[in-house]
Amino acid sequence: MASDTSPGLAVGGAQRVMGAETEFGIHAPNSPGANATYLSSQVIAAYARLSRARPADPGTSWDYTDETPLRDARGWAVPRGRAHEDQLTDVEPILTAEAVALAHGPAEIELDGDQEPALMNLVLGNGARLYVDHAHPEYSSPEVTNPRDAVIWDLAGDAVALAAVRALADDAGRGPINLYKNNTDGKGASYGTHENYLVPRAVPFSDLVSGLTPFFISRQLICGSGRVGLGQDGSGPGYQISQRADYFEAEVGLETTMRRPIINTRDEPHAVADKYRRLHVIVGDANVSHVANYLKFGTAALVLSLVEAGRAPQIEVHEPVEAMHRLSHDTDLVEKIRLLDGRYVTGLELQWIYFEAAAKLAADTGVASADGGDGHTAHVLARWEQSLNDLAGDRDAAAGYIEWLAKLRVLDGYRSRDGLSWGDARLGLVDIQWSDVRPERGIALRLAARGSLETMADAASVAAAVSEPPADTRAWFRGTSIKRFPGSVASASWDSVVFAPPGSYRLQRVPTREPLRGTKALTQALFDAHEKIEDFLTALLGERRT
Amino acid sequence: MAGQEQKSTQPRGEEEAAEVDVPTPAAAPAGAQDTESTHGVDDLLDEIDNVLETNAEEFVRGFVQKGGQ
Repeated sequence: MASDTSPGLAVGGAQRVMGAETEFGIHAPNSPGANATYLSSQVIAAYARLSRARPADPGTSWDYTDETPLRDARGWAVPRGRAHEDQLTDVEPILTAEAVALAHGPAEIELDGDQEPALMNLVLGNGARLYVDHAHPEYSSPEVTNPRDAVIWDLAGDAVALAAVRALADDAGRGPINLYKNNTDGKGASYGTHENYLVPRAVPFSDLVSGLTPFFISRQLICGSGRVGLGQDGSGPGYQISQRADYFEAEVGLETTMRRPIINTRDEPHAVADKYRRLHVIVGDANVSHVANYLKFGTAALVLSLVEAGRAPQIEVHEPVEAMHRLSHDTDLVEKIRLLDGRYVTGLELQWIYFEAAAKLAADTGVASADGGDGHTAHVLARWEQSLNDLAGDRDAAAGYIEWLAKLRVLDGYRSRDGLSWGDARLGLVDIQWSDVRPERGIALRLAARGSLETMADAASVAAAVSEPPADTRAWFRGTSIKRFPGSVASASWDSVVFAPPGSYRLQRVPTREPLRGTKALTQALFDAHEKIEDFLTALLGERRT
Repeated sequence: MAGQEQKSTQPRGEEEAAEVDVPTPAAAPAGAQDTESTHGVDDLLDEIDNVLETNAEEFVRGFVQKGGQ
């Protein structure tokens, strides 16, 4: 089944078309009360100015043609009139003059005329999208084919965020705007970190729900990023494993900003709709720890392979939403949750059940073998097993790469040294500053720099990923088109690139609905052979040119 | 725990140890008490002290986000 939909990728393992979306917390310390959407647009504009200075990466706007945020995987669509405005992500957000004016303070309600138009969307030369999502700057990574690349191109987004922060800090007129790779302000607001996985349309959605729910409620144990405070508003004293867990209120649903469901049903495939669905995962935390991020993508990809193979563990959790909250609050990992068959299991036991099933499937298909394996699955399985063993047996070791434990170790250090209670503002500060994207300020990045938090991706790979798209997906065609024909790509999206050849009144839309086409192997020769965009398009499209 | 809850929030170096009526706060986590890892954590905290935003109270209060996805 998977071989049908993912040609070239091994079946049964951790390879899969995937990507990450990271919304950054945003804070302008000199402008309390500034409009968050406006601040976010300043981040996008700052990066656009930087990338325009480098002609190879000019930035392109978004093509909304194929967005379908109201289509539900269960077989219906929400009528537009009944949707919440947050759900209408298929139109360009509009920043009103009032919002801009408010950002500058009421005394400057008259705009001075030299304001740049607010920039809300960019497509980058690495194939990523950088845009304003509601009230946050968001980086959506290009499509990749494995969890290691998912980590690298997500880290490229952190580098993009850092570059924008630096540029804004240097710009005296605007003052600093700082960005945080986290998911909550600790006062009731949560913003998401989403994963996307390509799944064959033929897999029944109900199989995804039943196969993934017990996995997702326990996955936080290995990839939660930790949070000071309990409850949505964080007012309960204490520390919990996941940033996001408390914000989930439903088992299955379409929304992402309210009544958040463990399994999201948005059916917006960004690919050939008859063949694929894009599973939109909203339960994950933003990770600064490379290994935690890797485990997040790698284990989810393995469990999706189990579901596809019809070999997902048959587990039904009693009241999964409540169980998810309870597991997040249990840093000792002793809490047992009830299954519908009468058993009681810990979160770690749930993870072991999934691990064993994934390891068995990999053994049966050969994807994890030393010779002939896919080069990814064996490593994900090894790290997954190690993390479960360490969490139960050697928490000091686990704190070297499990993000919530690494953060807890710092917080407990403060509690022990300075006798702070959980409500102390300094612990709240450590929690927020943990994820500051600036290496000199971000506490997790400081830990990584001193070797206390393991890194997997070296700086050179991440720097390359800021400007280079992955070679093995359609992101390569998108990113290379933007870099190769700067100024002549009017817009792009996951499944299109829209060219505006100079001197032509016509736009030429090139659909890219097959995620594993448009690769370097398939299109490099075409880019090499045709210097001029007209020739390139003719060669690419032939008779199909409109 | 009692010692911990009556503790002030002064930064390190204010001789807060003298104010604590028990040798070490009881709530210290398993693993953080043994000498080697305590030293590691102490070094770490010293480093973090130097980069923490000043005025934690104000910073945490001011870090207000609008909701998102």
